[in-house]
Formats: sequence, C-alpha cells, structure tokens
Amino acid sequence: MKRPYRTYAELGRADRSDLPGQIAAQQARVAERLAAVDRIIAVVSGKGGVGKTLLASALATALRTEDREVGLLDADLHSPTAARMCGVDGGPLAVAEGAVRPAVDRAGVAIMSMELLLPEGAPLAWKGPQAAGFAWEGAEERRALREFLADVAWGPLDWLIIDLPPGTRAMIDVFQLVPELTGLVAVTLPAGAARVSAGRALSLAQRRGIPVIGVVENMAGYACPGCGEPRALFPGDGGGELAAAHEIPLLGRIPFDPRAAALADRGDMPGLLSGTETGLAVRATVARLVSEVEGR
Amino acid sequence: MKFLCVPCDEQMEFEERSIPGDGTLAAAFRCPACDHVMAMLTNPMETRLVSSLGVSIGGTQVPEQPLEGVRRAVAGGTSDLLEEPLAAGPGTGVRWSVDAVERLAAVPRFVRGMVKKIYTEYAKENGIDEITPAVMDRARSDLGLEEM
Repeated sequence: MKRPYRTYAELGRADRSDLPGQIAAQQARVAERLAAVDRIIAVVSGKGGVGKTLLASALATALRTEDREVGLLDADLHSPTAARMCGVDGGPLAVAEGAVRPAVDRAGVAIMSMELLLPEGAPLAWKGPQAAGFAWEGAEERRALREFLADVAWGPLDWLIIDLPPGTRAMIDVFQLVPELTGLVAVTLPAGAARVSAGRALSLAQRRGIPVIGVVENMAGYACPGCGEPRALFPGDGGGELAAAHEIPLLGRIPFDPRAAALADRGDMPGLLSGTETGLAVRATVARLVSEVEGR
Repeated sequence: MKFLCVPCDEQMEFEERSIPGDGTLAAAFRCPACDHVMAMLTNPMETRLVSSLGVSIGGTQVPEQPLEGVRRAVAGGTSDLLEEPLAAGPGTGVRWSVDAVERLAAVPRFVRGMVKKIYTEYAKENGIDEITPAVMDRARSDLGLEEM
C-alpha cells in the first residue's frame, strides 16, 4: 500500500536546520580544542563522599609539581569544589581569541569549574520553564560540560584531569564527547556502598568500551595519633577486590590524614602533597599512574 | 526536520524564524511550488529543549561564542565573572545609533561584548553602516539569537 506522504529520507534536499550537522560540529569543536592535550583522565567514583575531588585535585597538583602542564576540569556542575581546593578564589575569567582563559592556581594547574562562574555560595539554576525542567535540564548540563571542554583555552597540556560528579551519567557523556579519553581512574573506599558503586561504574565503563587505568582506594586507614601505628578506618579491601575483579591495577591506597582535609579546605594542595601522609601516598599513586599511562 | 507540502508533494523551504520574547519560537516554511507558507510554533518547553541542545532551527550563520550556553542559560547570569573585551569598538567602520546603544546598554555586562561583536559582524557582512534597533531585530531573526 502506498504511503500517503514521502518520508524524510525520500525528500532529496538537505534541511537547512541540519541538526545532526550542528551536533557533529559541536563534537568537532571539542576535538579541535583538545587536540593539543596528550592525556585525558576522568576520575569517577560512582558514589559521592569518597574524596574524589580532593584526589583529583591532588593528582593534578602532583603531576604539575613534576613539571608537566596540567589542566583540571571540575565537571561537577552542582557541587563544584575543585577550584576552592586548589586555592583559586574566583575573579573574572578573561575571554580572548574565541575562548575563556582558565584560572591558574599557585602550582600552575589550569582550572575550569562552574564554581568560578557563580556568585559565592549560589546554587546552579537554569533559566527556563521550571515545571518541565526534567525534560531539558539534563541536556543543558551536557551542553555546559561540552562548552567547558570546547570553549576553554586549555592550551597544550600533558595531562587534563576531569573530576566527574558522582554517578555514571557524566562518565558516559565525557566518553562520547571525548572518544580519545586516555582512561578512567576509579576512586573507592575500602568497603561498603562506595565499593559496590565504584564496581558498578567500572562494569559499565568496561561494557561501554571506556578504557580503565586503575582504581585508587581512599581513606585506607590512618596513623594512630597516639602510637603512630596504621589503623583501619573501614573493614575490607575494596581497592584490591575491585582491581582483581576488573583486572585493573590498584594504583594506590591513600590514608586519611586530618591535616590533609584541613589543607584542602584552605586550598593548599602543595602543602597537602608535601606535608601529610595523604600527600605522600598521592605522590606514590601518581608515580604508578604515570608509569601506567606514559608507558603505554 | 523537513516539511512537506502535501498537495504539491514538494519539500518546503525555510523562510524565516522569529523569537517573540515570551519563550516561544516561530519558524516559517514556504512551498517553492505553490508559495504556501506555514509556521511551526513551539511552546516554551519545546523551545527550551531545542535551545538546551545548542542547536538552532533553520541553522545559524554565526559560530557559537565561548560558553554561550552557560552564559545565556544560568539563572541570574554568570555574575560578573567573565570579562569580554569589546572587540567591535571604534574603528570597526560600523556606527551605532543612539537607540541601539541604549538597547545594547540593557544587555548584561558579562555578555555585552559578545552581543556587540555579533551585531557588528552582522552589519559588516550585510553592508550596513549603522546599527539601529531595527537592524538588531533583523539580526536576531536571521541569526537565530535568542534573548539578545
């Protein structure tokens, strides 16, 4: 039976809107911007509260102190804290030559974060019909992430670290926007829901063909303030178990050190790296990360 | 998306787009065979959904500006935390009428440079010596610039 109308494909001329072409141009813009970035690492946790942002910030700073050019993209649009942890307190970002200049912290890490674009303490909210926000706000957030990748003058970097928000959606978005992603670093706690969530994120990543570099176990014990002996904060060996289950390296175990938390709150990443047990472990983790990635 | 004039079995051509300013959008398409014009009207939610994709119905003639979506879409603006140099300043060969300058002054400072540059480039590309509110309206329609 004849169809009443010709189909889209049967109409010969391209439509002037060419929405697929516009989307492809957006992705091309990301690729063009990141062409001068050697390695792109996304830090993922699955669940919030595992210290992912602190670790991502410390990894970026540790790489920078080894004389590498490093960028840090805070992809957590709703709870951005990476800039604060790196001691960047805002101030206008310059727009020049078709791109926004990232902030640069005192270690020399180039940083972009929604935190730098919002008034102090203001939540992120989008203009538009709020009653139907569920229909379009997700797309707006993906657009913002794309713009942070494509419209920031990252320059030639050795490493770009992307601090993903909790969950797995942004991990998929970043991989679709940056198919040349070097890989993921998963952060877990030794036990509990954090390990399960990180495992779920790793399974999804491996199923989607996203390269995984390894796992880092955070809050892996502490030094007893009385005797200095290492003690466990949580039971279990979440990092080791995830590494074995997913056949990936355990890049490091990072002990909890209250001084590190205080230094991160003050935005003193160099101090954290040089003066705390956490910093020592982060530097060892970076050495392992570098050997895993740069040795490829 | 394509529109078909069913009686003529002809693909319709994009004619113009207008943005009334109430969150809705209108895009008109003309049949090249019978000259019939139809308009597609979208409600605020549909308009917003398309806008959030960073695409423009009918296409656009200007490249995206840096962080254009973030700057347009964040409620309350992105504070005064972006500094845009006024690239289209004196010496560009394009004059601004008093009314146009007043209208430009109503644009938030953090996007004003970007907006001024877009209108100036539009004027230069179209051989327009003076930017007036009417030229700004035409540029908005031609270039698909919402909320500018």
